[in-house]
Amino acid sequence: MDPVLLIVLIVLAVLVVGGTGFALLRGRGTDHMPTLDPKVTDEADSILTKPKAKEPVTVEGADTGVDVDAPVEVEDEPLVEVEPEPEAKPATFRERLGKARTTMSGYLSSVISRGDVNAETWDELEEALIRADVGIKSTTEILETVRTKADDEGVKDGAALIELVKDEMKSRLGGQDLTLAEGGDPSVWLFVGVNGVGKTTTIGKIASREVANGRKITLAAGDTFRAAAAEQLTMWAERAGADIVRGAEGGDPSSVIFDAVESAAANGAEIVLADTAGRLHTKTNLMNELSKVRRVAEKGAGTVTETLLVIDATTGQNGLIQARQFTEAADLTGVVLTKLDGSAKGGIVVAVQNELGIPVKLVGLGEGQHDLIEFNADDFVDALFDTN
Amino acid sequence: MFDTLTDRFDGIFGKLRGKGKLSESDVDEALREIRLALLEADVNFEVVKSLVGRIRERAVGDELSKALNPSQQIVKIVLEELTESLGGEAMQVTFAAKPPTIVLMAGLQGSGKTTNTAKLANLFKSQGRNVLMVGADLARPAAVEQLRTLGKQIDVPVFSEATDPVSVARASLEEAKNTGRDVIICDTAGRLAIDEELMEEVRQISEVLDPQYTFLVIDAMTGQDAVTVAESFHNTLALDGVILTKLDGDARGGAALSVKEVVGRPIAFASTGEKIDEFETFYPDRLASRILGMGDIETLIEKAEAAFEEEEAEEAAQRLIEGTFTLDDFLQQMQQIKKMGSLGSIIGMLPGMPKEVRDVEIEDKQVDRLEAIIRSMTTEERANPSIIDASRRGRIAAGSGMKPQDVSALVTQFNEMQKMMKKFGMAPPKAKGKGRKNKKKKRRGGRTTSKGPAPMADPSVLMNESLDEISSLRLPGLPQPDDE
Repeated sequence: MDPVLLIVLIVLAVLVVGGTGFALLRGRGTDHMPTLDPKVTDEADSILTKPKAKEPVTVEGADTGVDVDAPVEVEDEPLVEVEPEPEAKPATFRERLGKARTTMSGYLSSVISRGDVNAETWDELEEALIRADVGIKSTTEILETVRTKADDEGVKDGAALIELVKDEMKSRLGGQDLTLAEGGDPSVWLFVGVNGVGKTTTIGKIASREVANGRKITLAAGDTFRAAAAEQLTMWAERAGADIVRGAEGGDPSSVIFDAVESAAANGAEIVLADTAGRLHTKTNLMNELSKVRRVAEKGAGTVTETLLVIDATTGQNGLIQARQFTEAADLTGVVLTKLDGSAKGGIVVAVQNELGIPVKLVGLGEGQHDLIEFNADDFVDALFDTN
Repeated sequence: MFDTLTDRFDGIFGKLRGKGKLSESDVDEALREIRLALLEADVNFEVVKSLVGRIRERAVGDELSKALNPSQQIVKIVLEELTESLGGEAMQVTFAAKPPTIVLMAGLQGSGKTTNTAKLANLFKSQGRNVLMVGADLARPAAVEQLRTLGKQIDVPVFSEATDPVSVARASLEEAKNTGRDVIICDTAGRLAIDEELMEEVRQISEVLDPQYTFLVIDAMTGQDAVTVAESFHNTLALDGVILTKLDGDARGGAALSVKEVVGRPIAFASTGEKIDEFETFYPDRLASRILGMGDIETLIEKAEAAFEEEEAEEAAQRLIEGTFTLDDFLQQMQQIKKMGSLGSIIGMLPGMPKEVRDVEIEDKQVDRLEAIIRSMTTEERANPSIIDASRRGRIAAGSGMKPQDVSALVTQFNEMQKMMKKFGMAPPKAKGKGRKNKKKKRRGGRTTSKGPAPMADPSVLMNESLDEISSLRLPGLPQPDDE
């Protein structure tokens, strides 16, 4: 506790002395930012608190409007329309990552066409991985390993070198048990993440999938902050044929989820899919709330068998910090990578798995119910490196 | 956490001290570090290349080799380049001579368009405008309801209808005319930049509205892909500016720099929190420090201003300097600090904190324990900790559930700090030369309120100096005015 104490004192002293002085000086000279009219009523305030900057949830649904969105009243019709689509086989990485492939292959083709391996080749490989958001540390590690191997094996050709990189990435990403664990009675799968990554939509898709597999599912509308989050989840529940437990808007998420677990236990549902409000990992109080949610979810009959962090594929290096904070608060068991059908490559999950050992379990490749598929390291890496 | 650039440069340049000139390889090494730092902050690869190129040009010129403190000098160069790249012309929103002024919001899913539509509306409203918000996001189930909820909170009407986004946009023009609204802000559905169909839709909306301003709303956490996204939207819509969201997290926001470089349009606003008024004009220099991981002292100060009771803090500061600061004061000020957020995040914002300090994981629980100890003391003990003997110590430990050693540790450290502060406030300046000057400033800053507006540089020196003195930290990071 010593260093902490010292730091506390230092910070305190700096803030009290420096901060006050500074504040006074500033206070006189420049008035800082126009404080917009913060006259929001308390009530308004609390509502505002969550809708935040993002509109998380819905996010993925934001597609064609056909699926999720159908205004509530019309609800039946769109349902019918959505169904036909599923006919299409579940998406594959390769099909969906077309865009990512093109961008990446630009660098790799010069690696291949050059033939020989030289310093530039290594630079280009590094560039390709960094552009995919793999991050410096993991990129360096991967390439170091490959370099040693290439030396050992006497690889002198660009194409063969790429194969080595692919193998290295596959072995780092692969070999994980990707099944979503059960064994609770009921099992609780908790979905967490920052705002706007697609938690609610992910839950909707998993509910559809599990119900189709003949499971009995209860959804817990644990996002009590965002105005329409519960409504959105309710629509998914109806569509999937799952039960849903909702609480009052602005209510305590822990108790909503607790109630859902109890209700699931009473009704013989096997799995509870628990939604939570999006929260930035830097907000201590919200992260504490999340820890509590996780604890309380196990107070009754259920067991939390999965805590999944939902990450948006466009996320950069901050994703690693997110994963670190969320796992500290809620003990992550896996990652769901969403929006991989855009131009972003989602390489941050390589860093997350490599540095924190948290595996990617599911990938969102589109907006349809069937576009959430199990992660496959080989396909993921192949698709990234596919030069066709 | 990442080392700050400053730490790294110190490593590189430390061994050179006294050697005088910098060799080209020294500069190369520094540039490599800069490159890494920028990439870690999610600045786009191409952008990093061109930036590093520019920095190299200045660094190899004699600017660097003449500098007394090359590591400080190079950080300054980097900061200047970044600020320059981020800044350019500040975005001035002007309202159309012939109303309505039309604003179109576009971006990926989940970037924060709807919320920021309301934030922008609120800002314009505070400038006396009659704003109409238009809900053209018919894709996301609750988007329009969300906008209406926000509209109610800020008392701005929302127009939408269950047709299609392009028709809604068209009809909104009529609606604005009929209801005498002079600003229209149109929210649109999130779309992937590679979704041709939806990009065409937003292009049509733009055609119908002919907006005066088109803003791309982009998440500060975005990675390398930010450039692709910005380019696509720019090609389709001809952007006028960018709104950077989720800056209240700890993302370093390199994406903003990339976007600025690629589309050449300014970052107009930054969204810095969940509340509707947490929306502000964008400050390039703050983001520049942030991208470099150098702390964000301005933000820290603002937080402090918001959290601290001014008078109380002022008195506490004075007592601190005079050496009459008690544990009660400590307790009270600790409460204020807690309002600013977790201690860890505050330390992250302090520039120049040495690595050892930043690396210590501080749990707020540990702070609570300190509080528990103090709360278990009598008023007398708090005012004068020296009376705490073994028996008192035992009682305090038992009361707070801690060990007696913890109690002694707190008392000892507290005394140390007091001594340090006293020296800082009263004692003759250290041999450093800067000391006296700054000490005077500090005291002026801490006490009087009647002097004319101080130059902005002063407070930062003061802040730096207090850090410097208190923890004997070096603060090469910030460009300091008295730094030749």
